[in-house]
Amino acid sequence: MNVVVLIKQVPDTYGERKLSPEGRLDRDVSDVIIDEINERAVEIALQLQEDVGGEVTVVTMGPKSAVDTIRKALAMGANKAIHIVDDGLAGSDALQTSGAIAAALKTIEFDLVIAGNESTDGRSSAVPAMLSERLKVSLLTNLVTLSVAQGSVAGTRSVENGTMEVRASLPAVVSVAEKIADPRFPKLKGVLAARRKPITTLSISDLGLFPLEAGGENSWTQVNDVIAQPARTSGTVITDDGTAGTQLAGFLAAAKLI
Amino acid sequence: MGKILVLAEHDQHALKDVTRELLAAAARIGEPVAVVVGLPGTGDALLAELGAAGAKTAYVAETEHAEDVLATPAVLALETVANTVDDIAGILIASSVDGKDVAARLSVRLNTGLIADAVNVEESDGTVMATQQVLGGTYSVKSTVRGIPIITIRPGTIEVTQPTSAQPSKITIDIVVDPVGSGQVVARDEDEIASSGRPDLRTADIIVSGGRGIGSKENFAIIEQLADALGAAVGASRAAVDAGYIEHKAQVGQTGATVSPRLYVAVGISGAIQHLAGMQSAKTIVAINKDANAPIFQFADFGIVGDLFEIVPQLIKAVNARRSDELINI
Repeated sequence: MNVVVLIKQVPDTYGERKLSPEGRLDRDVSDVIIDEINERAVEIALQLQEDVGGEVTVVTMGPKSAVDTIRKALAMGANKAIHIVDDGLAGSDALQTSGAIAAALKTIEFDLVIAGNESTDGRSSAVPAMLSERLKVSLLTNLVTLSVAQGSVAGTRSVENGTMEVRASLPAVVSVAEKIADPRFPKLKGVLAARRKPITTLSISDLGLFPLEAGGENSWTQVNDVIAQPARTSGTVITDDGTAGTQLAGFLAAAKLI
Repeated sequence: MGKILVLAEHDQHALKDVTRELLAAAARIGEPVAVVVGLPGTGDALLAELGAAGAKTAYVAETEHAEDVLATPAVLALETVANTVDDIAGILIASSVDGKDVAARLSVRLNTGLIADAVNVEESDGTVMATQQVLGGTYSVKSTVRGIPIITIRPGTIEVTQPTSAQPSKITIDIVVDPVGSGQVVARDEDEIASSGRPDLRTADIIVSGGRGIGSKENFAIIEQLADALGAAVGASRAAVDAGYIEHKAQVGQTGATVSPRLYVAVGISGAIQHLAGMQSAKTIVAINKDANAPIFQFADFGIVGDLFEIVPQLIKAVNARRSDELINI
């Protein structure tokens, strides 16, 4: 069974993150890393491969520097990678991104596409669902368990008020939540092997995209205004002298919070 | 102003709160039109409630597959209405697990832009603009869409309007759902938080969250007791979830729930950026931590350095005492 894992380079959420006045991520101020949820997606793909065989291909769309993200996934054990990279793609929105990824996936054979449920930067959760629609395959999102048997994928899907057991026939696109699996650490052997694993790069023309289908200028969504929220400031901090609980109740009552 | 389609979320018998919020948002930017997808009989069951919440018209698609096929029935219904009704100026969908799937798939079908997880919508000069809070609430971004905007709205962010007694006109639409080729639901299981009687974390007015400082699963009961005294939802930091003190659903932060309650009480939480990203838009933040250098104190409106196991029981007692005083005064 051939599995594709979608991965993305994002600013480290443990560091500073900034938006440009155009509403794009300012990559210069942030450390960029593989989104943690993608490591979990790669992990579950590798576990499936250990069970049923086949190849794991990681696919990313992003600037040249995103190759570091690819190497990380290859070092974990993925077999090969596709890097969609073109200056003309900068600023693409989810609808455009899903179109480019769908075009890239038409160049390979796959049974299952695994994505993270939500990136830590855009957080729209839109690309997996858009991709399923473009590829005309079934969709299961927010899975916390995942198994594959007899031409179908099944798992537990986490929703607001509980969980549901779900299934879909293959090929399918699924997204996974944090609980799906703890990622393995790449071993030195894996890091060295990753250098020799194939990475195919695809540009806008390789994908056969129309110019209007790529880039922030042609994006379906346009940012009109970016407002930085004022930073929070510290209020009263007291050290407990044995009455702090009562004092806090007084503060809450004065603020009409209780 | 054009028509604004609202995908009604419901449990087949009653509307979910978010549906009233979506209809109120729709009324700000145009004429609210509900789209209901449900089991046979759902449309009539919900019609009065939809009218009370401001819907002028309700398009109703009923199918036996409303509960056991994911997203596809709603996508088909919205696509049908969007392609047959003139003068549609926007489509509003809840930013829920199901709603996000529907919105994203519809965006491809209708070939139009999507704005995800908006906290406000407004209209000026015939253009619909949506506000999102991004990068952990550090920025607020206003965006528009070329074509008909599809906007998902974060539950709990839009104030509902006064109920009216209007009955919307009902228009039945036919959809044909083929379960093959869609995600299918085999079984459902409601979890304990949902049936605990506590408010929902994502929309709660008050949240009490515990962190690694709580120390154990057994000790986490102190967080639940404080939450119950305050009528609050229970949250947790990632460290507490990773340590197994409480289930993942309670996680607040970058990779958990994003919340903006009136009051957020952080107990035994150091305040890693990961956590702040999910709660720093709370109106008032209170922190209790034994480490005076914990970053959470830089964000707290009221902070206490001390032993949470001394402070929290005293706080619960003081809150309960004020409650009973109020009762006596009444």
